[in-house]
Amino acid sequence: MLARLLPHPLLTLLLTVVWVLLANGPSAGSVVVGLVLGIVLPLLTRPFWPDRPVVRAPATVVEYALVVLWDICVANVQVAYLILFKRPEELRSRFLVVPLDTLVPEAIVTLAGTITMTPGTVSCDVSADGRALLVHALDAPDPEEAVATIKRRYERRLLEIFG
Amino acid sequence: MSGALLPWLGELLVTVLLLAGSFFIVVGSWGLLRLPTFMQRLHGPTKATTLGVGGILIASMLFFLFTEGRLSVHELLITLFLFLTAPVSAYMLAKAHLHRARLDEEVPPTGRPVGWATFDPAASDPDPDRSLRPDRAP
Repeated sequence: MLARLLPHPLLTLLLTVVWVLLANGPSAGSVVVGLVLGIVLPLLTRPFWPDRPVVRAPATVVEYALVVLWDICVANVQVAYLILFKRPEELRSRFLVVPLDTLVPEAIVTLAGTITMTPGTVSCDVSADGRALLVHALDAPDPEEAVATIKRRYERRLLEIFG
Repeated sequence: MSGALLPWLGELLVTVLLLAGSFFIVVGSWGLLRLPTFMQRLHGPTKATTLGVGGILIASMLFFLFTEGRLSVHELLITLFLFLTAPVSAYMLAKAHLHRARLDEEVPPTGRPVGWATFDPAASDPDPDRSLRPDRAP
């Protein structure tokens, strides 16, 4: 019964909190509207997200977020250097193929989003069977090393989180 | 900054963060202007949304903390929405570019028996055998 009413309990919580924060603080009205949205929206979108992902290692989620934030800061400076001080012809831009070990769609989406948000790489496509990502790198002198870094830093942790 | 705690230091901190954020946004826009190919240009805007906007949002949070003594959380929501929407729009732009430039011969092969989802018509095949979910595979 409860699982039918709340197909994604964490999404319900997140939507309610986001609404309360948007309303600039908890009041009776904002909590009620937030709860209504938090219950109705997951029900309406359930056909697009039928299964519930299992978060196996909550501590790794925090670790993952910190690693990504750190990489964003470092990579921003690197890419700023590339744009400001390198001639475009010197950039070794290329497509990379990242073979995926994980089969969980939520993990693949998170990985693709992370790759795009860390500057210097943009995820462009996924293979039709969902087992490889097409990534464009702004400057990758060693494509194999770049792919290995993505797999080691991000996919390994996502495998721990989502299995 | 009247009645603020740490008036001088706070002002300095907010200024440094605003300048740093603006710097990264300018560099991102400069990259968009200067880089020759579409795929390279796509890297500029994804940078501006991370550290550039991030610096300005932290500056905004500190400003309200120092001047009004309250914690402003709208900035965190802006960060959340940006992190959710920026990869999707970048992905859509890249996909549209792959189609328009007909890059199916130029991108590297998937290393899988099927092609990239943008080009392989099998991707839109409703056949459940091709579902992403491993537990639905035969």
